[in-house]
Amino acid sequence: MTSAPAIHLRHISKVFGGVKALQDVDFDVGMGEVHCLAGENGCGKSTLIKIITGVYQPEPGAEIEIFGQRYAQITPTVARKAGIAVIWQDLALFAEMTVAENIAFEAVLGNRPRRVRHAEMRRDATAALDRLGVHLDLDARLGTLPIAERQMVAIARALVGEARLIFMDEPTASLTQTETDALLSVVRTLSAQGVTVVFVSHRLAEVLEIANRVTVLRDGRLVGVYLAEGMTQTRLTELMTGKTFDQHVAAQDTAASEPVLEVQGLTRKGEFRDISFALRRGEVLGLTGLIGAGRTELAHVLFGMTRPDAGTVTLDGRPVRFRSNRDAVAAGIAYVSEDRLALGLIQPQSISDNAVLAVLKKITGGAGLLSDDRQEGLVAHWVRELGVKIGKPGDAMNTLSGGNQQKLVLAKWLATQPKVLILDCPTVGVDVGARAGIFRIVRDLAAQGLGILLISDEVTEVHFNADRILHMAGGRIVGEYDPRQTRVEELEAAVYA
Amino acid sequence: MTLLQRIRTGAGPEVPGLLAFLAVVILIFSLTADRFLSLANFGSIAYQLPELGLLTLAMLIPIISGGFNLAIIYTANMAGLTLAWVLNQNGGPEAGVWPFVYGSVLALGVGATAGAVMGAVIAYIGAHPILVSLAMMIFLRGLGEFLTRGGDISGFPDYLAFLGHGAVFGIPVPLILFLVCAVLWHILLTRTRHGFAARMIGSNLKATAYSGVHVKRTLVLIYTLSGVMCAIAGILMLARFNSVRVGHGEALLLVTVLACFLGGVDPFGGFGRVAPVVLALIVLQVLSSGLNLLGANQHLSTAVWGLFLVGVMILRWGAGKWKERQKRE
Repeated sequence: MTSAPAIHLRHISKVFGGVKALQDVDFDVGMGEVHCLAGENGCGKSTLIKIITGVYQPEPGAEIEIFGQRYAQITPTVARKAGIAVIWQDLALFAEMTVAENIAFEAVLGNRPRRVRHAEMRRDATAALDRLGVHLDLDARLGTLPIAERQMVAIARALVGEARLIFMDEPTASLTQTETDALLSVVRTLSAQGVTVVFVSHRLAEVLEIANRVTVLRDGRLVGVYLAEGMTQTRLTELMTGKTFDQHVAAQDTAASEPVLEVQGLTRKGEFRDISFALRRGEVLGLTGLIGAGRTELAHVLFGMTRPDAGTVTLDGRPVRFRSNRDAVAAGIAYVSEDRLALGLIQPQSISDNAVLAVLKKITGGAGLLSDDRQEGLVAHWVRELGVKIGKPGDAMNTLSGGNQQKLVLAKWLATQPKVLILDCPTVGVDVGARAGIFRIVRDLAAQGLGILLISDEVTEVHFNADRILHMAGGRIVGEYDPRQTRVEELEAAVYA
Repeated sequence: MTLLQRIRTGAGPEVPGLLAFLAVVILIFSLTADRFLSLANFGSIAYQLPELGLLTLAMLIPIISGGFNLAIIYTANMAGLTLAWVLNQNGGPEAGVWPFVYGSVLALGVGATAGAVMGAVIAYIGAHPILVSLAMMIFLRGLGEFLTRGGDISGFPDYLAFLGHGAVFGIPVPLILFLVCAVLWHILLTRTRHGFAARMIGSNLKATAYSGVHVKRTLVLIYTLSGVMCAIAGILMLARFNSVRVGHGEALLLVTVLACFLGGVDPFGGFGRVAPVVLALIVLQVLSSGLNLLGANQHLSTAVWGLFLVGVMILRWGAGKWKERQKRE
């Protein structure tokens, strides 16, 4: 990099009530670079972003230079004037306003004009979207758009605000593979236009694909800065967690055990058709494919949320027909939803109440009244069993990290003593280190005889953790693979083709 | 858990603040109004509190489940009308105890039906509780006005005075009725599966349904119980006023909401306990009777209630900020 760096930070520390969130971290981002900031939850990534954008003030002794200019102190206004924008995970857009209004909001409405100049707003919005090479209906209400398009709106808004440096916080967490590809190509476009992008992501494959360099933080300290070229996912994981993981195929031969869940010719119009497979006791059956392949829809039918149009489901040799998910739960099927925030857990309620929600009958004591002692016992048992790290059982669910929340979802369902466990993208928003912990639990459960259907759009995840893999595309099962005989690259080629 | 811990968690974190508030209010009035600290004054509070209290309980559980019940007043009066009609059919002032018993059962049935219909529409059609209960409110008011031609129905047997104005061991009967209902409501919310589910539904209906809870049945039950509580309030109002009119207690509708929020119930659902709501009711009642003794206009005391809610919200906000700061340090 010959020109002045976009960001040049030295000796950044931040202490929160005695906890050192950042310790003497240096951070450099070159002009026009795509830089990745990697690290597990709690490593200090967001704190660092918040210091650069003026939300937090660093401890004394910090040196901050942005686009070659030194700042003694950064406030959010200063940061915005310097051309820094952040696209947070929640996007901070207005669901009730149109695309054009959202994009031009700050530039046009932010100055408190006497009247709203619609023509100007549309012009600015069109210009920004053109720069991204994206076409959206300017008059569509934002709330009606899919997440991927809302993200484009957020990026376009940053461009209207003349951002030269854009932070993206976990931008791909809720995107499908094709949407992710589209986002990555927009990032490349931005980079080619001289906009610097700092990418924060858990998904290592795309980090390595898009970034020039990677800065790794761990426990509030700088581990190092690395060129993305020549870096491997395994190495990056080790740097982030400080532990070594040898990812190996966990598959075992389960052909000998009897089937627990059999599906024959299952069809639901417009979603999937003619699905047949058998899930054996003690088996982890991987189900992969792009989003839109009908995987979650299939899971919903198996869990009794929706009704099939044709086909049969057999559980333990007996045909079953669920009228609701309550029937499915009673029959021994548990479903860990891909949407942990909205469907998996009740975020504002306590950890303890979330853990027992699916088994209220089990904590009912004499006279049909709920028993605190039974609830406490049950929660303590599962927290210990799965190694969930919690403060107090009475704390709100949203005080836990993604990985611990997911373990609690597992605990909630294991308490129902299921025969079949359906895991729908169980590692979305979960740290790399914590993922290993979740899959260790999954393998343990399989060893205890549970049949597990592991749905995921991350092919590597399925490859390393499943005994057998089904590939779903366009609502049908199009292939079956044995991870011990198929290399992960072959599988990726088949799925992402 | 020890008994003390149980009491503390059972009552909720709102209780100490409300108790302090109550103490301050009582102190101020006892210094300024000379008849405030008299048995007669506390007696009148004890007779006035239960009507508002029962209606507040009826409002409480829909709010906790993330909904609302605008129809409480007219449900109560519809139930009261039902009982009045049965009593009148059986001789009015000469009616025996038996017509009162089955009239009351019929009244509870009317309350339950009104609630169940609302609950079913909310649960199965997914309509907004405010709209559904608004429709029910307008329907019941219209129906009631039509049946009574807008007038009062009175002339009830004398023994009803025991329910409205009597006392057992010096404790007013309405107060006993209210306390029993409050305890039942506390048990419902903290110790039953439906109460548990109602709180969860209030925070996230979909996630609760995904967990295998029969959310529709719970919602129907919640509104049915709310209707039953309205009917109990309606029967008590009949006994206290010795008359029934469709519009009785119209002004109490929003006061019940006020009492819920003062008692720390989350306006967006999911959180709320009976004990702090009862305390909030006592604070409101003490405030208005104190102001009354000072010779203040009744409308002024309503205005003070409003100010009081704003004050409590500011205090809660301040306490939240303070806690946040404590956490950071």
